[in-house]
Amino acid sequence: MSENVPADPHVAIVTTAGGVEDGALTISDGTPLKRALARAQSHARRKAFLLVLPLLAFIILTFVVPIFQMLYRSVDSPNFHDNMPNMVAWFAQNPSGTEPDETAFTALVEDLKLLKKNRKAGLVGTRINYELPGSRSLFTKGARKAAKLEPPYKEALLKIDPKWSDPKLWQVMRSAASPYTFNFYLAAVDRTRDADGKIVRVNENRRIYLKLFGRTLVLSLLITFMTFILAYPIAHLLATLPLRKSNLLMILVLLPFWTSLLVRTTSWMVLLQSQGVLNDAMVALGIVSDDHRIQMMYNKIGTVVAMTHILLPFMVLPLYSVMRTINPSYVRAARNLGATSWTAFRRIYFPQTVPGIAAGALLVFILAVGYYITPALVGGADGQLISNLIAFHMTGSLNWSMAAALAALLLGGILVLYWLYDKLVGIDNLKLG
Amino acid sequence: MASDVSDNAFVEFDRVQKSYDGEVLVVKDLNLQIGKGEFVTMLGPSGSGKTTCLMMLAGFETATNGDIRLAGRPINNIPPHKRGIGMVFQNYALFPHMTVGENLSFPLEVRGLDKTAREEKVKRALEMVQMGEFINRRPAQLSGGQQQRIALARALVFEPELVLMDEPLGALDKQLREHMQFEIKHLHERLGITVVYVTHDQSEALTMSDRVAVFDDGRIQQLAPPADLYERPENSFVAQFIGENNKLDGVVEGFEGDEVIVRLADGETCRANPVKCGDVGSETLISIRPERVWIEGKTTPNTTEAQVLELIYLGDHVRCRLQVHGNDEFIVKVPNSAGHKHLVVGETAKVSWDAQDARALDPL
Amino acid sequence: MKKILILTTALAGFAYAANAEEVVTVMSWGGAYTKSQVEAYHKPFTAATGIKVISVDADNPATPIKAQVEAGNVTIDVADVEFSDAVRLCDEGLLEPIDASMLPPAPDGTPAIKDFIDGAIQDCAVANIVWSTVVAYNSDNVKGTPTSIADFFDTKKFPGKRGLRKSAKATLEMALEADGVPASEVYSVLNTPEGVDRAFAKLDTIKDDIVWWEAGAQPPQLLADGEVVMSTAYNGRIFNAAISEGQPLVVLWDGQILDFDLFVIPKGAPNKDNAMKFISFATDTQRLADQASWISYGPARKSSSALVGKYIDGKTDMAPHMPTAPANMSNALVNNFEFWVDHDAELNERFNAWLAS
Repeated sequence: MSENVPADPHVAIVTTAGGVEDGALTISDGTPLKRALARAQSHARRKAFLLVLPLLAFIILTFVVPIFQMLYRSVDSPNFHDNMPNMVAWFAQNPSGTEPDETAFTALVEDLKLLKKNRKAGLVGTRINYELPGSRSLFTKGARKAAKLEPPYKEALLKIDPKWSDPKLWQVMRSAASPYTFNFYLAAVDRTRDADGKIVRVNENRRIYLKLFGRTLVLSLLITFMTFILAYPIAHLLATLPLRKSNLLMILVLLPFWTSLLVRTTSWMVLLQSQGVLNDAMVALGIVSDDHRIQMMYNKIGTVVAMTHILLPFMVLPLYSVMRTINPSYVRAARNLGATSWTAFRRIYFPQTVPGIAAGALLVFILAVGYYITPALVGGADGQLISNLIAFHMTGSLNWSMAAALAALLLGGILVLYWLYDKLVGIDNLKLG
Repeated sequence: MASDVSDNAFVEFDRVQKSYDGEVLVVKDLNLQIGKGEFVTMLGPSGSGKTTCLMMLAGFETATNGDIRLAGRPINNIPPHKRGIGMVFQNYALFPHMTVGENLSFPLEVRGLDKTAREEKVKRALEMVQMGEFINRRPAQLSGGQQQRIALARALVFEPELVLMDEPLGALDKQLREHMQFEIKHLHERLGITVVYVTHDQSEALTMSDRVAVFDDGRIQQLAPPADLYERPENSFVAQFIGENNKLDGVVEGFEGDEVIVRLADGETCRANPVKCGDVGSETLISIRPERVWIEGKTTPNTTEAQVLELIYLGDHVRCRLQVHGNDEFIVKVPNSAGHKHLVVGETAKVSWDAQDARALDPL
Repeated sequence: MKKILILTTALAGFAYAANAEEVVTVMSWGGAYTKSQVEAYHKPFTAATGIKVISVDADNPATPIKAQVEAGNVTIDVADVEFSDAVRLCDEGLLEPIDASMLPPAPDGTPAIKDFIDGAIQDCAVANIVWSTVVAYNSDNVKGTPTSIADFFDTKKFPGKRGLRKSAKATLEMALEADGVPASEVYSVLNTPEGVDRAFAKLDTIKDDIVWWEAGAQPPQLLADGEVVMSTAYNGRIFNAAISEGQPLVVLWDGQILDFDLFVIPKGAPNKDNAMKFISFATDTQRLADQASWISYGPARKSSSALVGKYIDGKTDMAPHMPTAPANMSNALVNNFEFWVDHDAELNERFNAWLAS
């Protein structure tokens, strides 16, 4: 009986492959079959490659190259190395821990003169200042006065500023003498090097990055969960309504997509601020008193509410497309077999929507982790995410290396989470539509 | 069998009506009694209301009016999961995320059976459909016929007394379908369960059922055992829908004994069996099965001249298309056996039929 | 067809040549501020020299300079930047040096170097205005009349939300001033770890009542909406909201922090000569005085003060609205750029950490 033979495609493949591997198969003119096949297919493959080429080139140019550039910038630290040749030489000759002697200070003064000549004092000072705050002016002042200094240089420099003998300064200069550094990564996890070069945590009142990484993770998970809770029923409704009605509802769901992100965010501000529509309504209804308006904006609540709204369609769409394919007869069958409607949902319907949940959750989570405009506008102080600090270092402090290190850590963190996700859910289980 | 059902019906539709939109009745005044252990098929074209009736019985649709009773108990307000009715769905509805074993175990789990009892029953049910070795497969890894068997096993595993089947063989190819018809029939006989079966395939209905309810336009047109349905259709819809059928339009001219004399369209008369025709002067439609017509040979009061229009050779018999009483589509099946005349296209032959086999029915 | 092609090519080439010679691109901060520069500098400059001025805006013009110079694709000729950014960009070699002797002298012949306020001329930057960070309040919403910077930090006496710029700069100085540190000692106190702790401790007292802003346009809006009752703000923005839009906003000059905005030329600017011409034209005595009639920022030249007249509405006298007006200077602090280039990273890091906790 035909239906008792398992339809196993692998069996067929194995047989064919075995025939080819024998190497005995040839076509009529004597060419081995394998080579003839490759020749016949090469044209098609070339055509396929040419079709992919524009996108490939585009992605390499606009995505892969910038990412590697960013990774490079996070470890690249050429300013001290390129502009202080004498100091670099001295550090190379004298091992770590050597007390800076007159030769060291001579090299230093020579380099300060070079800095003045090349107008690079700020560049080097900024580099040292990243790790030892307050030392930037040391270099700019030193460079300005270097030309007039007389030996012995050590004494002369210390007279300008006693900080020049700070062992921590010399440790920082030594590490900056290398053209590559991992110190930005240390700073990105709230660590620094002490005067002996040992890695220690930074002063408690300056620890921020780990906390923000943690908050970004927690808030993103919360937002993902919120979108799931809100999107699931609406996606179910969309999937079960007749097509004409569901199309109309779908337009409503997609409406936020067609509105500018800034418009949406500012409309949340109008709604949620303490003199906003929601608070006014609650005061008018007597739920809260005028003096105790609820602060729903410029804090975590604002960030979560606005981002949940903005990311909602990214959860609804994959859920909808998966639910649409689930035949209603499954739930009927479960009910018929004796399951209550809750059991039928839990055991039969819900498991079949998991691929949609998985896809939606991954999409929303990854978007949320990198979000920046919305938390910047509505997040206030405690609703900021790590991307806001990356932006701060890009545009505020202009410390691009630090921004690159933070971004690289964020990227690495997402890849690790993605890997975990793959282990737990299975990426091949995702269904986007 | 039909007579004793009404007294102790197992399943009973009592004046059931159903409307989805409040404007159109999909099911109009349905009365149906099904006895315990009976195999009843609801047969009809799509949109005739047969599936709606099945869904009301399963509990997925509620009757707009009337009662549905199971073993004497009204079930209108009992949710589907408490009805204890097994069902085989058109697309099988095997849970894709569960293995075959888990699928079968599901109804037992929700009934709170312990693990050993479940395993025992699942094993037995799978063996019943000869699918024992597939217990760990997923539905997607099975062929259509295999899925069909699993769906059957799942509907039976919790030992329901009533099993509903909604076009369960519709997706299978012809050969497999015929084979499964026998298997289902045998299971029904072996287990003594009551089966309500929905199909639009008349041969399926005739081969499997104890009784067939022919649905059209929201009503049961005729409820009868298969042989009665074919031999003695009670109205022209059933005569048309079941099997092949020759139609002759006419007007009732008079009655003579248990026969009716009908004036046909071409002016001649024909004697027929007045099954469902009106009084003198009303229109009627005479239905004659092709195999009840003789060519040459016997002579009856209904003997008439016919012109041979077309012959189709079908091995065991020859299909002849004739012109009889002005009807160009009159079909006669001539057995391909010794002693039968070989017809030639264009010749004129004598055709005859018994007045009892010409059933005067309601006009279409 | 060929003819048309040649013609268009020639036209395009001509247009390009005209562009290359007759254009200068100036980047500024947008809003009322850019408008004041367009009216006072750009239009007269084009009228006088025929060089077209292309005006471009950025949230902070210092940011694109770094990006453009590093990428070797500079499109800006002149940028208007803050003091600490000017110094830092100059030290990092991202700016062209500016020869101060090219700047026009005062009408009475005083050389530019002496006519500009102290610190207004740097190696690669020339100041055009003095602006200040001030405390402003909405007189409709605040109960009573705040008189000093200390009132900003006193939420018992003046209940309601406070707006503050999300940045350590100016915020820490104001906290110390409110805590009783005289303006002259603010930076020496802030230079010690104890001083920084003291500033943050003062900020702690109102932390829950602060709404943080980032763009200069936000504080007038927050004040007008009633979202905050008092806010730090740029004095020119408050002036414009109060005078031209009629909002009930009042500036509290006590504890104001003065700063310069300076013109700089990014290294490799495409129209460097035009840029220099533009800067010397825009920073002459009359031009600087003219700008003051469009926005309440003080001219960076001493000789301009006498020429400052009325606001463009023709009735508001500008002099009392200038940060540099003697009455407003009684407890004013001049931003110490050197302190901030040294401690920017450290204090902002701590500030961000404090915000997040």
